[in-house]
Amino acid sequence: MSELEIIIGLEVHIQLTNLETKLFCRCGNHYRGKEPNSLVCPICLGYPGSLPVLNRKAVEFATRLALALNCEINEEFFFFRKNYFYPDLPKGFQISQYNKAGGKAFADGGYIEIKIGSQPKKISLNRIHLEEDPARMIHQGSIASSPYSLVDYNRSGVALIEIVSEPDLRSPEEAREYLNQLKSIIQYTGIADLDLEGSCRVDANVSLKGHPRSEVKNITSFKEVERALKWEIQRHKNVLKRGKELVQETRHWDDTRRLTISLRTKEFEKDYRYFPEEDLVPIVLEQSFIQQVKDDLPEMPTERKKRFQKDYDLPEFNAEILVIDKNIADFFEETVNSNDDFTSADFNQICNWLMGDISRWLNENNTNITQTQLTPELLSELVILINQGKITGKIAKTFIDAMMSGESPKKLIKKTGKQRISDEKVIRKIVKEVIENNQDIVKDYIRNPKAIQALIGKCMAKTKGQADPKITRDIMKEELEKSLQ
Amino acid sequence: MAYELIEKIRNNELKIEDIIVHTFSKIEETEDNLHSFVHLSKEKALNKAQILDKKYAKGESIGKLYGLPIAIKDCICVKNSPTTCCSKILKGYHPPYNATVVERLLEQNNAICVGRTNMDEFAMGSSTENSCYGPTYNPWDNKYVPGGSSGGSGAAVASGQVILSLGSDTGGSVRCPAAYCGVVGLKPTYGRNSRYGLVSYANSLEQIGPITRCVKDNALLMEIMAGKDPLDSTSAVVTVDNYIAHLEDSIKGKTVAIPKEYFGEGINISVKQKVNDAIEILKDLNIKTIDVSLPHLEYTIPTYYLLAMSEASSNLERFDGLLYGKITPEQKTNVFKVFKKTRGEGFGTEVKRRIILGTYALSAGYYDMFYMKALKVRTLIKNDFQKVFKKADVIVCPTMPTTAFKIGELIDDPLQMYLMDILTCPVNIAGLPAISIPCGFDEKKLPIGFQIIGNYWEEQIILNIAYQLEQQLQLYKKLPEIGKRRR
Repeated sequence: MSELEIIIGLEVHIQLTNLETKLFCRCGNHYRGKEPNSLVCPICLGYPGSLPVLNRKAVEFATRLALALNCEINEEFFFFRKNYFYPDLPKGFQISQYNKAGGKAFADGGYIEIKIGSQPKKISLNRIHLEEDPARMIHQGSIASSPYSLVDYNRSGVALIEIVSEPDLRSPEEAREYLNQLKSIIQYTGIADLDLEGSCRVDANVSLKGHPRSEVKNITSFKEVERALKWEIQRHKNVLKRGKELVQETRHWDDTRRLTISLRTKEFEKDYRYFPEEDLVPIVLEQSFIQQVKDDLPEMPTERKKRFQKDYDLPEFNAEILVIDKNIADFFEETVNSNDDFTSADFNQICNWLMGDISRWLNENNTNITQTQLTPELLSELVILINQGKITGKIAKTFIDAMMSGESPKKLIKKTGKQRISDEKVIRKIVKEVIENNQDIVKDYIRNPKAIQALIGKCMAKTKGQADPKITRDIMKEELEKSLQ
Repeated sequence: MAYELIEKIRNNELKIEDIIVHTFSKIEETEDNLHSFVHLSKEKALNKAQILDKKYAKGESIGKLYGLPIAIKDCICVKNSPTTCCSKILKGYHPPYNATVVERLLEQNNAICVGRTNMDEFAMGSSTENSCYGPTYNPWDNKYVPGGSSGGSGAAVASGQVILSLGSDTGGSVRCPAAYCGVVGLKPTYGRNSRYGLVSYANSLEQIGPITRCVKDNALLMEIMAGKDPLDSTSAVVTVDNYIAHLEDSIKGKTVAIPKEYFGEGINISVKQKVNDAIEILKDLNIKTIDVSLPHLEYTIPTYYLLAMSEASSNLERFDGLLYGKITPEQKTNVFKVFKKTRGEGFGTEVKRRIILGTYALSAGYYDMFYMKALKVRTLIKNDFQKVFKKADVIVCPTMPTTAFKIGELIDDPLQMYLMDILTCPVNIAGLPAISIPCGFDEKKLPIGFQIIGNYWEEQIILNIAYQLEQQLQLYKKLPEIGKRRR
C-alpha cells in the first residue's frame, strides 16, 4: 500500500496577552500569578443584568494581526453567541464570531509563507475571529480522577483570536513550521507574548486522504502539536492497516499520557445554537482606522529578513533564522549598531553567535534572550576581543555560559587566565609533538588532506582551545610538508 | 402627583420622612388585597429619608427627586438588595451593583426605593400570575389580573401605594399593566434607556420604562433615565429632549394615524368605543387623523414569540446554580446534575416552556425555518411602521384588545394569553416608543388603555399628545377603593 497523503488543518487560539483589560469589561488582563478570582466583575462573571462592552484596543490588535496575515478585513461585523453549558462558562454562552447564518468572521483569507527544505510554500488561512476565553478549571491531577473542580474566573473574558488554516499542511513538520512562522508574526505585531503559559491552544483536524478526519482538541502548546499530530496520524494508519474503518470524531489530547482519546463521534456533535449577540451593536471599522493601523504596523519578519540580507550582508538562510525570534533579531541589530567599526564579517560573526551558541543556551535553559543578563555591549566586546586576537573562538565559546549571567568577557579572561596563544615557538613545539604522536593520521593526510583538521584539533585540545587557529594551521602545514619530504 | 409633592417639600410643608411613613402605612393597609410587592425595605427607606431631610434642611442639594418613594420591578438590579425576577432560582440573590437607571434615579437624584414589585417570572407573562410569590390583584377589582409582566408596579401605582414605579417592557410588559390598572406606562425607543442591570429576558426587544399616575411624572422619570450609558453598547447617543417643558405645547395640526388592523376582529367593543371617544377628543384639539394600514400585524405574535423565546433560551442559560441562586445538591455529585437540579427546581412552568421552545427554534436544521424567518418578518414590520411615519406624527390604537381578564382565566391556555400581546408587541419588534394612558372604563368598571406609538426617539411627541389628552380626560385623579376583597 502506497503512503496516503496526510491532510492537516489547524485552529489556533491565542490570547491577546498584551492588552491591559479583558475583551468585554475593564478587569485586568494579566491574570498569571494573581490570586484566583481577584480579577473579576459582574460582566466577566456573567451576573444577571450585566452587559458586554467591546474593548476597542482588542479590535485594533485583531486588525493588526489580520493585516500581518494578509487577510481581508470585514469592515462591518457583529458577534454571535455560542451556547453550551459548562462550569467554565458563566453566561452559558461564549461571545464569539461565526461565518455562517448571516454572520462574518473578523477577517477572511490570508496566508502564511513557510519553508519546506528550501522550497517556499503558502499555507492559506480560512479566517480569523475574536472571542472571549472561558474561565480556567483547576483539578487535582487529571480531570477524571480529581475529587473536585475549582474554577478561576480571572481568565473569563480574556480576549482570544482564533486563526483557522485551510487543510493545506501535509506533515507534522509542516505544521511545526507553520506554527513557528505564526508565532513569529504574532510576536512582531506586539499583540501577545506566546511564551506565557496557557497563552495558546490548538485544535487540529487530521486525516489521511480519502478517509474521515478527526479533530484533536486541547493541545495546549505549540510544542505539543507536532507530537499530537504524529501520534494521531500513526493511529489512523494503524486502524487502516488492521483493515478497519476510521470514523469522523472529536478526540482529546492527553498531554500527560501523550495520546488521544475519543470524546464523541459525528452524530453526537454538539449543537451550539449560534445566533447573533444583540447586546453588542454591529462594529463598523472605518477605512481610516484600518489605514492608521496599517501605517503603524511594525516591520514584519519577511521584510526584516530582506533588510538584514541587504544591510548586513547576511546569507538568506541565516537572515531567515535570525529574524524568527524578534528578541534575537532586535538584539542582533543593537549589537551590530553598538560599534561603528563593525564590518560585514563582524555582522556575520554576531549573527553566528546568536544563531549558534546563544540560541542553544536559550533552548537548553528554556528561556528567551530578554530574560538573561546578556547585553549587546557584552556580545560586542566578545567580538572585538576575538578580532583583536586576545582570545580565540574556542575560548569565546567557553565564556558564553558566564556571559548569559552578565559577566564581561574582559573580566573572564582575567578570571580564567585563558587567552590566545600566538607565540610561534610555543605553537611549533606543540605541533611537532602532535605529529610525532599521531603518525597514523599523518599517513592518512597523504591521501586525504582534510585529515589536517584532526591534527589541528589535537593541538587545540592540548592548549584548551587557546592556540590561535590560523597560526596553528599555517605551522601545521609547514611541519607536515617537512615531515613528508 | 410627584410634582405636587416636590413643591410641598420645597415649601417645607412636608418632610420626606412623612411621605415615606405615609407610603408604608398605605402599603400595610392595602397590601393584603393587592400583593404588589415581593420585598419591602422600610428601614433603609426611612433611614435615607431622615438623611435627606437633614441634608435639605442644611441647604444641600438633594437631586431632582427629593426623596420621593419609588417601587422597582424585581428584575432591575438594586445593589445589595434582593433582585429575584420573582423566580425561585434567584431567591437570596443580592446583586453587587446597581442598574444604570437605578444609579440615576436613586443615587444621583435621591428617589427612595420602598420595595420590589411583583412580576411574571423573568417577565414572561401578561398577568403577573407566573410569579413564584403568587399573583398580584387588580386594584379596581381583585378578581382580575393587573396585567403583566410588570403587574406589581402597575397595581402599586394605581392603588396609590406609590406614585412612581419602574417596569420593563419586552412585548408590552409596561403598557399592559398600565392599561389594566388605569395608569400611565411608557415603553421607550430601543436604546433610549440603559438596559445595564435589567436582567435579560429578550434583550433585543426590551426596555425599562416608567409606570406613573400621570404623564408629567412619567416625563420626569424619563428625563432622568434616558441617554447614553457607556455600560450598554445598545444605548444610543441621541439627545434627550426636555420632555416636561414640551408637555404644554399645542398639538394642533399634528397628524395621527389610525391603523385599521388594530381595531379589527378580537378587539372588545367597549375598548374600541372608548378609544374612538379619545380620538374624537384629540380631533377637538385640532389634530388631523388619517386611516392607515399596518398589514403584517397578523404575523407579529409568531414573530415576537420566536424572537423572544430564542433569546430567552440563551439569556437564561447563566442560571445554573454555580455562582448565585444555589439549590443545594447532593454531596459529591456531577456538575451537570447540579445544573439539572437547579434549573429543574428553580424555573417555573412558563419559563421552562419558553426555554424549550426557544432552544428548539435555534437548533441546527430549524434555525433558518424559525429564527431567520422571524428576523425577516421583523424587517417587514419595521418597514410597515416607517411607511406610516412618513405621513403621520404618531399612531393611536388600543393598548390591549380587552380589559383585564380574571385570575386563572387564561393560565392554562398559553396561546390565548400570548394573543393578548397582539397590539403591544409590534412596537417592541420595531423598537419604537409607545405610551399607554387610561381613556375610560368598561361596563365592569375596569380601565381601558389608549396607546400612542411614536417614531424612533420621539418620546417627546407621544408624551406631549398623551398629556394633552390626559388633561381633557382628568382620569388620573380617580383612585380605586381598596379593601373590599370580593374573591
